[in-house]
Amino acid sequence: MSAQLRWTTFAAPSRFCALAAATTPWLWAACLLLTVAGLYIGFGVAPTDATQGEAYRIIFIHVPAAWMSMVLYCAMAGWAAIGWAFNTRMASMLAHAIAPTGAMFTFVALWTGALWGKPTWGTWWVWDARLTSELILLFLYLGYMALLAAVDDVQRGDKASALLAIVGVVNIPIIYFSVRWWNTLHQGASVSITAAPTMAKTMLLAMLVMTFAFWAYAFAVVFTRARALALQRERDAEWVQALRKVVPT
Amino acid sequence: MTYVKEEIGFVAILARDLRLASRRRVDILLPLGFFVVAVSLFPFGVGPEPNMLRQIAAGVVWVSALLATMLSVSHLYAADHADGSLEQMLLSPRSAYAIAAAKASAHWCLTGAPLVLCAPLLGLLMDMNSQALLILTATLLLGTPILSLLGGLGAALTLGLRSGAVLLILLILPLCIPTLIFGAGAVSAAESGVSVEAHFSLLGALLLLTGLAAPWGTAAALRIAVE
Amino acid sequence: MTESGLSGFLNMGGYGLYVWGSYGVTLVAMLADWWFARRALKDSLEVQA
Repeated sequence: MSAQLRWTTFAAPSRFCALAAATTPWLWAACLLLTVAGLYIGFGVAPTDATQGEAYRIIFIHVPAAWMSMVLYCAMAGWAAIGWAFNTRMASMLAHAIAPTGAMFTFVALWTGALWGKPTWGTWWVWDARLTSELILLFLYLGYMALLAAVDDVQRGDKASALLAIVGVVNIPIIYFSVRWWNTLHQGASVSITAAPTMAKTMLLAMLVMTFAFWAYAFAVVFTRARALALQRERDAEWVQALRKVVPT
Repeated sequence: MTYVKEEIGFVAILARDLRLASRRRVDILLPLGFFVVAVSLFPFGVGPEPNMLRQIAAGVVWVSALLATMLSVSHLYAADHADGSLEQMLLSPRSAYAIAAAKASAHWCLTGAPLVLCAPLLGLLMDMNSQALLILTATLLLGTPILSLLGGLGAALTLGLRSGAVLLILLILPLCIPTLIFGAGAVSAAESGVSVEAHFSLLGALLLLTGLAAPWGTAAALRIAVE
Repeated sequence: MTESGLSGFLNMGGYGLYVWGSYGVTLVAMLADWWFARRALKDSLEVQA
């Protein structure tokens, strides 16, 4: 096997699995370190906010989760498109692996948004532009996962979900714009729950560190899930047979 | 009995679908019936107080139209797929784009247009004034074709899948939200005296964009479903 | 922070329920996400004898 790295080196499921297996421990280490650092800065160094008191500290997970939910959707759509365009199944599998984690972060963004909103704005839910867009993003993730689950044929599932993801990605700017429009028209709900407190540098730093922590987490979990998918799909291949352990029943 | 001509064109498919539908007029009435029932449920749910009904009227009519469209679109390709004529159509020299566009147009003629015609009556049930009714009907006129186009995409994606109808609704409803926002929003804007020009421009833009892009996506989805 | 000590940390200026409710659910969600992925990997690697 050539030692040269090409763009397509890891398109082969066997090589991807090897890469994923090798990097995952490091990713977990990075995630833990960054989380500890981020939470230390967030709780130990960052000051109390003048208007929101200690409640604002939720943003250290709310904002990173929201960012991750959006980044992961684009990544999912991107890999799905590559898988469809170049007919490489590993790319499609990677897209499938991203979806649950992306949906999870979207849920976390919504949940933490609600718990941030209750003490600061008085209600559990505010139909502000960003939270509403997050809700719609959750629907898009669930739709992708639902379509994939409904299609039995593997190739059709890969392509159909790729098309859906691309349609979703194209629609996201339209949806976001229209939701913002809708929100500003109905002045009653115009208080933006995600209007961040004037950000002290330490607050911003904690948020950024947590974002990287979440990113490391996402890589680790997605790699794990993608490995599982590849091993499942390629189970008749020699390299998979070699990896398998026989477990006594 | 289905009948497929050698040269499949937009007009041919549209005419064929309309002719087939004319033999089963019940299918046209069902979405309309749902539309009427759905709108009528709201007063039972929220109370018959006219001031409140007037406030929610545009939204209620729009959402009901949206649901009626999505419920009726799931079998758009099912019949043709079942008897093999869909595959024949895709094999023909005419592009799948034309087929998708024709199917969506047929759906609008059979479902969307009746909804648009019926909407003013339902608006009256909710005590809307004549200006609001006019705006509502106009937004539905622009919006229901968008819904038919998006519905067609959903129908192609979920072709032949079990629980395809419910799945279709889950997949396509998020995409319909902008249309709903501008459509229903135009009525609220008119009632508060704000100009509705922007709403209609945006609806028009959405219609153009969807009209160009949705048949392309639908064609791709049909090929994926059939191969 | 204004309050000191462990009780101050848990109380979070009166917002303890919201802050720890957020962090708690987030932790559970992320652990669950990881756990299911890991289980899928285990299942794909093992063959019943």
